[in-house]
Amino acid sequence: MSQKGFDWRRMPEYRLFSMLALVFLYAPLVVLIVYAFNANRVALIWSGFSVKWFVKAFGNEDLRRAAWNSIVVAAVATPVSTLVSVPAALAFERGRFFPGRAAGEALIAMPLVAPEIVTAIATLIFFEAIGLRAGLGNVIIAHTVFCIPFALLPIRARLREMPVDIEDAARDLYADAWAVFRRVTLPLLMPAIVAGATLAFVVSLDDFLITLMVAQAGATTLPVYLYSMLRLGVTPEANAAATILLLVSITAVVLSYLLANRRRVKA
Amino acid sequence: MAASSARRDRALLLAGPALLVIVVFMLLPMAIAAVYSFLTPDPYGGVLHPFTPASYVRFVYDRDLDDQLIFDTTYLQIFARSVVQALFCTLFCLLIGLPLAWYMATRPPRLRQVLVLLVTIPFWTNLLIRTYCWVLLLRDQGLVNQVLQALGLIKEPITFLYSDGAVQLGLVYSSLPFMVLPIYGALEKVDPRMVEAAYDLYADRWAIMRRLVWPLAWPGVVAGCLLVFVPALGAFLSPDILGGGKKLMIGSLIQQQFTTGRDWSFGAALSMILMIFVLGALMWSAWRRTRIGVAT
Repeated sequence: MSQKGFDWRRMPEYRLFSMLALVFLYAPLVVLIVYAFNANRVALIWSGFSVKWFVKAFGNEDLRRAAWNSIVVAAVATPVSTLVSVPAALAFERGRFFPGRAAGEALIAMPLVAPEIVTAIATLIFFEAIGLRAGLGNVIIAHTVFCIPFALLPIRARLREMPVDIEDAARDLYADAWAVFRRVTLPLLMPAIVAGATLAFVVSLDDFLITLMVAQAGATTLPVYLYSMLRLGVTPEANAAATILLLVSITAVVLSYLLANRRRVKA
Repeated sequence: MAASSARRDRALLLAGPALLVIVVFMLLPMAIAAVYSFLTPDPYGGVLHPFTPASYVRFVYDRDLDDQLIFDTTYLQIFARSVVQALFCTLFCLLIGLPLAWYMATRPPRLRQVLVLLVTIPFWTNLLIRTYCWVLLLRDQGLVNQVLQALGLIKEPITFLYSDGAVQLGLVYSSLPFMVLPIYGALEKVDPRMVEAAYDLYADRWAIMRRLVWPLAWPGVVAGCLLVFVPALGAFLSPDILGGGKKLMIGSLIQQQFTTGRDWSFGAALSMILMIFVLGALMWSAWRRTRIGVAT
């Protein structure tokens, strides 16, 4: 087994290829960030690190309002979608067979399956048909819907790998259903719930197309405002605003990943 | 049995709120959109009442001055372009994604986690920004042209943007993680002893890829292809930003009907046609999965 040590895991050509693929994924993002911090207006000429484009972006009142709208929408859509996802995850993972279960699973996956443009125009038509003009409220409703499957994802995954024995043991010790949930299931589920909420937050913060179609004047979110900015041309200010949004989502995703992978439950 | 049926009802009750939200704000809107596709467009936005299949007829026929229907392929061409672009995107993602996923799956656990995170991050970051990054690279005064000019390789900037190629690049770039992650999920569980056994039996790298990795990756490949094909088919941002609205795809065509086009009924009809394509793709994947007998 030992001499000459042939290791099939050594795959230099695959490694090179994979590194190139990762460069492909990250290089454009790095370029954006470098541009945003470059003091020079001409992008290729580096004339020092500067945050002046960020200062300028923050000085833009419309941009500030759009950012605020984004935060408000995400701040409402996240807890609502997470709150309905926790019991739904319990139903799908812990409930045995119940009528309409397959249909329920398909329904929950619907926002993931339907092309975004179709969801966007269907929601727009719906709001128009029922005459709902609640400003940010419309956007919040639309966001809550597509946040649900994302919030559900880590919660279900955690429940699946959490042995039922723990809950059964609590039940053997005369805990009623509510006590089992509150004292056993919920604490164990907490990291996954936070991970799910973070994902919902990111998805809401990042959404562009659905918001573009659904948002009425005054309910513009940051990505939609950025889009209108970019249409007018490439500016360092737009680069700075895009960089902020990019860094916020990257931070949230890393956070969610760390939470979801923190110490698996021991059986 | 009373207890178990009570439990059943509770399960339904627990899933209730989430299902209610999706039924009211997703399923119902889809149904209303389906109805709208059969109504007459109001020139000021919205729709008027008489039921008519006119919007579907418009997809294939144009009306000439005498109000005669003539066969018109404008929209069919846009659909065809979308399908071709989405298919190529799926193919390119598979060509890049399969080796990458196999490399990731054969790394030690710690490195694996890092690699998965690295592939996951772009998956969750803003699509608008990721598409826009390519404008910075590809435009006439963009990084690629400036570098090429600085190196003296070209004199005049090459126009990369607003072409099918640029749209394709944007699609592949945004879809790649959707291909890598499911394939990685399938390959992660592969028993390393199987690979060792194959090598012991004198398999070379290519044989390993073709006879071992490919069949094992198959459920992931089916899922990945679906996850890439469906969003690429309805893509809006890539054709809009990198195609400059010149290389229309279904997604941007639908969006136009609700903004500049002001033909909601036609837009709804296009969406329904797109949904049929999507359901077709879903059924294909379900069929492939049952045929191969792998549960996911």
